[in-house]
Amino acid sequence: MNRQISQNTLSTISLIVGKENLFTSKEDAISYSYDGTPLHSQLPEAIVRPTTKDQISELVKLANKEHFSIVPRGAGTGLSGGSIPVPNCIILDMSQWNKILEIDQENLTSWVEPGVITSQLHQEVEKIGLFYPPDPGSMNICTIGGNVAENSGGLRGLKYGVTKNYVMGLEVVLPNGEIISCGGKSVKDVAGYNLKDFFIGSEGTLGIFTKILLKLIPKPETSKTMLAYFNTQADAGRTVSAIISKKIIPCTIEFLDNTTIRCVEEFSHIGLPIDINSLLLLEVDGHSTVVEEEALKIVECCKQNNATEVKIAQTVEEAIKLKTARRSAFSALARTRPTTILEDITVPRSEIATMLEKIAAISKKYNVLIGTFGHAGDGNLHPTCLTDERDHDEISRAEKAYEEIFIEAVKLGGTITGEHGTGLAKKKFLHLVTGYTAIETMRTIKKALDPNNILNPGKVFDI
Amino acid sequence: MKTENSNFSGIDIPSDDVLTNCMHCGLCLPVCPTYAITGREKSSPRGRIRLIKSVAEGTLDITQGFVDEMNFCLDCQACETACPAGVKYGSLVESARNQIRVQRKDSEFTLMMKWIFLRNILSKKYLLNIVSKLLGIYQSSGLEAAFKNSLVVKKLTPKLFKLQLLSPRIDGRFFDEIYPEIVLPRNTPKYTVGFLSGCIMNVAFAHVHEDTIKVLLHHDCRVIIPKKQVCCGSLQAHNGDFDVARELAKKNIDAFLKHDLDAIVMDSAGCGALMKEYGHYLHGDPEYSEKAKQLSGKVKDLTEFLYEIGLKVPAKQFSHRVSYHDACHLIHAQKISKEPRDLIKSIPGIDFVELNEASWCCGSAGIYNVTHYEDSMKILDRKMNNVKETQAEYLVANNPGCLTQIEYGCSQQQVNMKIVHFSTLLRTVYEL
Ligand SMILES: Cc1cc2nc3c(=O)[nH]c(=O)nc-3n(C[C@H](O)[C@H](O)[C@H](O)COP(=O)(O)OP(=O)(O)OC[C@H]3O[C@@H](n4cnc5c(N)ncnc54)[C@H](O)[C@@H]3O)c2cc1C
Ligand code: SF4
Ligand code: SF4
Repeated sequence: MNRQISQNTLSTISLIVGKENLFTSKEDAISYSYDGTPLHSQLPEAIVRPTTKDQISELVKLANKEHFSIVPRGAGTGLSGGSIPVPNCIILDMSQWNKILEIDQENLTSWVEPGVITSQLHQEVEKIGLFYPPDPGSMNICTIGGNVAENSGGLRGLKYGVTKNYVMGLEVVLPNGEIISCGGKSVKDVAGYNLKDFFIGSEGTLGIFTKILLKLIPKPETSKTMLAYFNTQADAGRTVSAIISKKIIPCTIEFLDNTTIRCVEEFSHIGLPIDINSLLLLEVDGHSTVVEEEALKIVECCKQNNATEVKIAQTVEEAIKLKTARRSAFSALARTRPTTILEDITVPRSEIATMLEKIAAISKKYNVLIGTFGHAGDGNLHPTCLTDERDHDEISRAEKAYEEIFIEAVKLGGTITGEHGTGLAKKKFLHLVTGYTAIETMRTIKKALDPNNILNPGKVFDI
Repeated sequence: MKTENSNFSGIDIPSDDVLTNCMHCGLCLPVCPTYAITGREKSSPRGRIRLIKSVAEGTLDITQGFVDEMNFCLDCQACETACPAGVKYGSLVESARNQIRVQRKDSEFTLMMKWIFLRNILSKKYLLNIVSKLLGIYQSSGLEAAFKNSLVVKKLTPKLFKLQLLSPRIDGRFFDEIYPEIVLPRNTPKYTVGFLSGCIMNVAFAHVHEDTIKVLLHHDCRVIIPKKQVCCGSLQAHNGDFDVARELAKKNIDAFLKHDLDAIVMDSAGCGALMKEYGHYLHGDPEYSEKAKQLSGKVKDLTEFLYEIGLKVPAKQFSHRVSYHDACHLIHAQKISKEPRDLIKSIPGIDFVELNEASWCCGSAGIYNVTHYEDSMKILDRKMNNVKETQAEYLVANNPGCLTQIEYGCSQQQVNMKIVHFSTLLRTVYEL
């Protein structure tokens, strides 16, 4: 391999972390050259697995001195290219930092290492009647560190919010190697700037998390999961707004169009009808009496908005199967065409039906196949272009279609990304939402904290 | 993809379409036993696919590191089951191994093991029989006990010592020495089924075969065991030796299609999985392509077959606690997991307890426990922890490799549990 990082520097890295935690083979480099994002990849110079925060601090100082970049990585499931290597970088693999350090039942908090897998935390806290709501589709493999860095959402976002609503404290290695701790177990805390929130969603560009304090809540007593089938996407879209205007906040309202339904059914064989236009997967949770009452109201609401059928899951297993199937949606779409370029636009909930119509029109205009699904209750849709990376003409049409989808979303008062982050994939479009002055402000912050631009450079925006 | 730069060559190369089909989402990582051991992407399905793709694109040579990763993979295909995109991972790793073999890139130890086991002993019946007889004599003569206890052996070659504990017990009489070509049930036959005696099963699991035959006869089957049949070729194919596998497949096609069969019933998951794939391996063969499909269409796992025809109700209650381990080649390769469970649960009196991580490989994986002993044992440890937790009296596993491996785990850890094939359980239940 042609290296940019000198052998000397590699030897120093090896001294810092131990040679068993430094991988430089070509095979290793290739297998850390990607994340879940299509069409982007880059070989790192090396993969490093630090075992203590002091090692991380030393590595960061070395990077400043020797001018190489550091890209933090959790499980590499990101969908905007956050953990894809940049030229002349080492991958800082945090996936082995996988200990749940403490579950504090008096304060309802948990200290975790950043490499803890999201669903493992779910299982551990649920054993003692507690609940950690954020549940991205990738929860069986993605890490809490990645979740915090992307401010990830999930299926339960509508009622419970996203990752940022559950982060109470962070321990962070800064781009100059200093280590700080921000936030804590106090429910209220207004001492100084709110640094903690500032690191949430920073996509590995402002600091490396080494410890994360999360808020837990009591586990809801019971839940009910429903499926509603529709003949038109507009009906499904209107149902979402109708339910919310009835002052019911289900924990989940997920939308799947026909293309997605077919793919999901082909993978999971759970008996979804493949000839319907679209469906909503809904869940309410809480005290049993409230759940019953709200479920009834939702069924009624779906029917009023022309649902052709509403089904209620009869057992917990059935409900879990439905949600698991939904989580497979994105990957299942790759059954149709191999390259799935997925977007993450979010619009105000009241605009869901309009946005769905626009997506359909744009898909037609550019002659690209788009499957759409998403967290409809959050106004967050994932129109997914089904293409083949080997067909360059199709890829370029897809790119044009996206640009137009972004513009429409912003026009409706929405954003280009609701939960996947800007990373590499969307930085070109960032200005559409934020404007150039805001990007300049972000640059000022980045430069102040990371003058040598060593931490995940070129992500979110260019310097 | 620029195939002109590819470092693969010939016809049996990993498919470009399958490689592109992987959208690197990572959803297969949590089910991969080798990724669980190292936590390194290159030992994960997603990493391996990218490595294979890199060789196909010519950006990586068939390096030692590449070969190691391909061989480190268990080919358990848990990743295929987990993959929502439907990536046929097994076909990729098997083709990659085929390329490694054709291009002679295997390490000497692996080459030797593959040559001894796959090219010779297992695919040449007379050799297997001779070796097995010798091993049988050795195991029953007291020589084995002497060997096991000899301190010299334990000290000098700990690996060899452990390996020989892992070798299956050779039955006193081979299966095809016991049974004639056609076996008739007591009642008027309702079905005519073909039966594969196989290689390892024939010599080391003759008792399981016998149990299966008894169960089939009890269900009014006329059983045909074609004399001209050979090993199914699965160990060869999974290790990328497609040439030998195809030769074996053709012989079996000739042997079985001679008879008019309702089904070909398999009691070894690995053999069943491969015979269902004959159509795929012989695709395009002018003479055998169609015949292969025809044969594959008839192949059924015993549980699949019994589920279809309906299990006879046993005369007595069987009041025991029973659990079930999914053989990779049943659940992942053949997608069979409901049938065996439903059948077991339907036996009156049985207290069925689900095994945690039942679909996680036991580490046997063909000759993996020979070529990768240490890793195989790590995987077995995880299995054993779950096995112990069930506190079952019987654990059902429908593949010879799993039976040997888990039994080995039990003997190492002094676990008192009967590790049985479903046929064996049924024979006990029916008191046949
Ligand atoms: C099938 C599928 C479904 C998905 N569903 C959802 C969904 O429902 N909702 C959703 O929001 N997202 C979803 N995602 C996107 C992705 O899973 C999330 O963004 C997730 O949070 C990424 O976690 P990760 O551990 O894989 O992080 P990575 O992809 O490895 O990294 C993501 C970012 O975090 C940074 N990072 C990682 N660890 C640290 C650390 N310790 N300190 C500082 N920075 C760090 C990286 O530098 C990078 O910028 C999905 C992805 C897939 C493939
Ligand atoms: S094999 Fe399937 S599950 Fe695994 S990364 Fe590729 S597409 Fe995703
Ligand atoms: S076949 Fe098994 S060991 Fe190999 S990559 Fe897939 S899950 Fe891992």
